[in-house]
Amino acid sequence: MKNFKLPELPYADNALEPVISSRTIAFHYSKHHQTYVNNLNNLIEGTEFENKSLEEIVLESDGGVFNNAAQVWNHTFYWESLKAPQNDNKPTGAIAKAIEENFGSFDQFKEAFSKAAATLFGSGWAWLTVKDNKLEIIQESNAGNPLKKGLTPLLTIDVWEHAYYLDYQNRRPDHINDFWSIVNWEKVEQRFLKA
Amino acid sequence: MIQQKILISTILVSLLTANILFINFKKETAMTHHNKENEYTLKDLPYAYDALEPHFDKMTMEIHHSRHHQAYVNNLNAAIKGTDMAHLSLEELMKNISKYPVAVRNNGGGHYNHDLFWHILSPEGGGMPGGKLAAAINETFGSFEKFRETFSTAAKTRFGSGWAWLSVDNNGNLFVSSTPNQDNPLMDVVEKRGTPILGLDVWEHAYYLKFQNRRPDYVETFWNVVNWAEVEKRYEALIQ
Repeated sequence: MKNFKLPELPYADNALEPVISSRTIAFHYSKHHQTYVNNLNNLIEGTEFENKSLEEIVLESDGGVFNNAAQVWNHTFYWESLKAPQNDNKPTGAIAKAIEENFGSFDQFKEAFSKAAATLFGSGWAWLTVKDNKLEIIQESNAGNPLKKGLTPLLTIDVWEHAYYLDYQNRRPDHINDFWSIVNWEKVEQRFLKA
Repeated sequence: MIQQKILISTILVSLLTANILFINFKKETAMTHHNKENEYTLKDLPYAYDALEPHFDKMTMEIHHSRHHQAYVNNLNAAIKGTDMAHLSLEELMKNISKYPVAVRNNGGGHYNHDLFWHILSPEGGGMPGGKLAAAINETFGSFEKFRETFSTAAKTRFGSGWAWLSVDNNGNLFVSSTPNQDNPLMDVVEKRGTPILGLDVWEHAYYLKFQNRRPDYVETFWNVVNWAEVEKRYEALIQ
């Protein structure tokens, strides 16, 4: 059987500071993400999911297997959506054009996405997704993943409290505000063009 | 001159005392009733923020109470302001929560749950329950240890944000359950309904500053600060 492994972070553990501290990475990546990987491997051993891809498991499972598989997928996608902070960080090219067409302007998109992230009650994720060239912002609770709804994810923010509590405590809106400086728009555009 | 000063001091002290009594009265009635403006208010904790050290840390208690709980109170007031809901008790709202806006479910639950949580904790907590509650726990779960294990498992395995509960159902029987987010067993949306007498908050904000990803350690630490006298009191009031 194959074992899922924790993918390497695409940057140093302090690269996202001050928005995401190396201390947060030490728990969020090295403990939470790793635990989801370990739980998934334990749960699928000897089951129908043993030799399936991560995406197949996310699409076909529910309960504990889904929770852990989707959390592995979501976190990997989240880490790949981020980069070192940059002033005046904005999308360019095809994704910038699509955002303007779908939301009116980048600022209007930012506002709508921020609101989705701020108002998701409890643990979960806000997503920018695409289907048939139409961009959509959705909220998902806990391990929820847009692939289940036939949508292709382009960008996500983790709003489980563990994602920001050491750095921002109860101030989730401040974390969301700062998140915009670490979005890897090149990566988001690649995903958009592929879709 | 000196007599005058004493007189003024006496009047000031009397005024202050009256004010404190008034504030306390409002706080005592804040849970199920409202103040004159039909608003809920956040009560002070029944102990200092650092009183549960070294089990629960001061910073967590302070942010949890003065920020998170306060936000639930504020958002609840905003959600019911100027509506018929402002004239109902929190318990009445919970009982028919499926009929009310989701903001009332989330923030009304948030207010009720945290208020219960603060009261079933104590710096003199820990140990085991006594009296009728101890007997009922033994009868229902086999032993206190078995109850503790069942409750701890409910708290550790709740995926995402939520609570673990010990509740009394309509027939006076004890049961353990867990609910997501700020739901609780009083609500008409939960699988098993009853009145909670013990609750453990397993939102990450309840333990992340001190325990980070180690929720099981937080759950085990909880048993050191459970105010069993208060839980017994709540149990006995329900089975009368």
